[in-house]
Amino acid sequence: MKVTRREFMKTLGLAAGVGVGANWLLPAALASGENLQPGEVYAATNCEMCFWGCGAIAKVVDGKVVKLDGNPLHPGSRGKLCARGNSGMGTTYDPDRIKTPLIRTGNRGDGKYKKASWDEALNYVAEKMLAIKRTYGPEAVCLFHHGPCARHFLPLLAAFGSPNFAEPAFAQCRGARDIAFQLTFGANPGGNERLDLANSKVVVLFGSHLGENMHNSQVQDFASAIAKRAKFIVVDPRFSTAAGKAKYWLPIKPGTDMALMLTWANIFIKEGLYDQAYIDRYAEGFGELAAAVAKYTPEWAAKETDLPAGLIVETAREIGRYRPNVLIHPGRHSSWHGNDVQRSRCLAILAALTGSWGREGGIYLRTKASLEMAQGREDYPVPEKKPLIELSPYPLASKAGLTIGVTTLLRQATLTGKPYPIKGWIVMGTNLLRALPNEKETMAAINNLDLLVTPDVLPFETAMVSDVILPSATYLEKFDDISVVKDSCLFVTMSQAAVKPMYESKDGYFMARELAKRLGLADYFPWETVADKIKAQCELWKIDYEELSQKGYLEFKNTATPYITPDNEPVFKTPSKKIELYCKTLADHGFDPVPQYVAIEQPQDGYFRLLYGRSPVHTFSRTTNNALLTNLFKENEVWINAKKAKALGVKSGDQVILTNQDGVKSTKVKVKATQRIREDCVYMVHGFGSSSKELHNAYGKGADDQHLITRYAIDPICGSTGMRVNFVKIEKEV
Amino acid sequence: MPRYVMVIDQRNCIGCYACVAACKTENDVPLEHFRTRVVETVQGEFPNLRMELRSELCNHCDNPPCVSNCPTGASYKSKDGTVQINRNRCVGCKACIAACPYDARYIYPGQGFADKCTLCIHRIKQGKEPACVATCIGASRVFGDLDDPQSKVSQLLSEANSSVLLPEAGTRPRVFYIRKQSKPD
Repeated sequence: MKVTRREFMKTLGLAAGVGVGANWLLPAALASGENLQPGEVYAATNCEMCFWGCGAIAKVVDGKVVKLDGNPLHPGSRGKLCARGNSGMGTTYDPDRIKTPLIRTGNRGDGKYKKASWDEALNYVAEKMLAIKRTYGPEAVCLFHHGPCARHFLPLLAAFGSPNFAEPAFAQCRGARDIAFQLTFGANPGGNERLDLANSKVVVLFGSHLGENMHNSQVQDFASAIAKRAKFIVVDPRFSTAAGKAKYWLPIKPGTDMALMLTWANIFIKEGLYDQAYIDRYAEGFGELAAAVAKYTPEWAAKETDLPAGLIVETAREIGRYRPNVLIHPGRHSSWHGNDVQRSRCLAILAALTGSWGREGGIYLRTKASLEMAQGREDYPVPEKKPLIELSPYPLASKAGLTIGVTTLLRQATLTGKPYPIKGWIVMGTNLLRALPNEKETMAAINNLDLLVTPDVLPFETAMVSDVILPSATYLEKFDDISVVKDSCLFVTMSQAAVKPMYESKDGYFMARELAKRLGLADYFPWETVADKIKAQCELWKIDYEELSQKGYLEFKNTATPYITPDNEPVFKTPSKKIELYCKTLADHGFDPVPQYVAIEQPQDGYFRLLYGRSPVHTFSRTTNNALLTNLFKENEVWINAKKAKALGVKSGDQVILTNQDGVKSTKVKVKATQRIREDCVYMVHGFGSSSKELHNAYGKGADDQHLITRYAIDPICGSTGMRVNFVKIEKEV
Repeated sequence: MPRYVMVIDQRNCIGCYACVAACKTENDVPLEHFRTRVVETVQGEFPNLRMELRSELCNHCDNPPCVSNCPTGASYKSKDGTVQINRNRCVGCKACIAACPYDARYIYPGQGFADKCTLCIHRIKQGKEPACVATCIGASRVFGDLDDPQSKVSQLLSEANSSVLLPEAGTRPRVFYIRKQSKPD
């Protein structure tokens, strides 16, 4: 359903009545003068310390952001921010920021740049882009992006005539999961997963280290589930914080998760623990599923997973007992071993068997309401060449309904010139050298480029090998598009500047529009500033700009339909219009229509599987130079099982070097010898060990896991790159 | 006067450090020092492990050794029951730091006075919660008036067993910990 104007007016009526928490000073409350000190200003905006998009309120004193709070109206934050959100000003006021446009003068990678004016830098980029277009066609320029400000380059790219863009969020993160859920339910669990955690009675986490992996509202719900005594079953080779809260910790042998999942499915079916009425009504392929999983017995799974058979059965029954109020967490970063769509399919099938999709405590349904996007011109030229994603061997890579692209396909084309050459990269919001596996391949691809332009806040590794570096404004310094969010309800949120941009930094819209002007494409960017664009969006949607600006958040009334009810039957956008336990689409492409277990390679003696994850106070490498955050967590450590550490003669605090199966060595990293991990793997927090000398806080702190991820296993279904297939040995640094 | 206390429900603490980060920006705590911290301990042997996450701060004791050991009267027990420091009277002698069994204090670098958690008394006076409580992702830190039986802190303490840190020190802390699910005796 599209929201009509009348419904919109109702929405505004509701929004106007939203109470402001007495403890919170929203701009609206401030207008009445509550506790306002001289020189104090508050601005509602969206946090960009990670990509969850929490509503934040910046307190500004004398032109400087001094405190950040969660917006109590915003469902992503509910008045709270995580450590990163609380520390956002540490990035804005980072002395290492890129201050002016820079054009490379030395050889690539030697760090020699000259300061340039915006005019000079943008003219340079536009000329290079046009030169590439003349020689190779417009498709030879591509975009790697992540986050709101980088999205302004998408219409630029389309107007220029290139269909090639990608976010690491797909092939290096949640792509496989999204494809799997799309194939099973006709919908994915959402970028901000629609988890009804707060109402779950049993929660199953496969590797999802909630709490350490910090996504504000999801972790609030996680804590709320703990408070309500939900039973957690945590499957993880490492005793994560979540495992510390769990009734059951299953320290599974890495890479064998599917054995447990398929065995659980078998137990559900054999013992009648599944939701038969739900399956009869909404699913198809149950017979094929039952037949395909019959061979997966608890005894077999015990050998494969290194978990006791009794525990496998007990946990299956615990899940079955509380269905449908069970959350089988769909996972997020799912590019593990190269069989990731099939593993994620297992999770989707478990969610279906427990009848938990669209049920209380499971995965709730997305609102059916939507808004038309306010666009400029949409008559983009039709590219002569097909997008690389359509020429790829991964038949379902663009099936997620997200079309966010496969980064490694763009890299491969850049490297080989096939199926056609890529000669220009625009990289914004992602540090590619740290995001993609096999950094050497990334660097070799970069060396083939005629143009690499990187708008960024800080001189991360990728910026420091670019031809042109453009200083980006942080989220506290820029306006940005209104975000339209389709969660359980439909809502819009506002990104607005709290302070003026530092130095010569500019927002993404400015950069894309100024480039468009120089490329003869100005018509595609009709608004002079992004603030004008927001006003146009508000007019189109009949939103009161002032109200949205003050509140930062407006919700559309009566658009939430989270659970299946007689009045709210679910719609499954699959070929059969049902939940597909058996997936014909996969069969048609020669893949297992019901997931089957295939064992993966395990490390040889003396080697450990390299696992990586998150710290709650960092977002990949992008926060590792923020002094407020490094103050809380300044370097990563390598977790080694205490018994193994003793055998290796290393103890906590010792410096070691990790060497992977290809002989690639890490920088020095401290050991954390601990009972909290299995003997066959080691673990590091991702994003550390910066090699950019311009980052005075991050340089050389800890070690970079991505540097050791030289091997990657491509998922044949969607092209995502499994990165937990590297083995390392440990040598003490003397 | 209200009886301000903090209850830390450790069951819901997920060790995310949002409290520590919020405290630092709210109170402009110098980079190398902390007014609050999260202590993480794990006991047992693989795979039988138990984890404890415990956030610590000034206990605003009812029998505060920092106050009784302060030679200048800079450290004092306020009428609202919080323990505060008058920076102008502090000579930086560190007697309070030595006396505090909770390692809650530090000398403010470059200024020379003792510093610590104020329970965000400036926010409380504005009707707000302490910054660490307001941002607590796990709703593990709860602030309120123990003299109000309807307050969340009173209810929490009536529903579950609680303890204080180092009761043997006789400091009578105003920060209470709920470690695990158990009914009060």
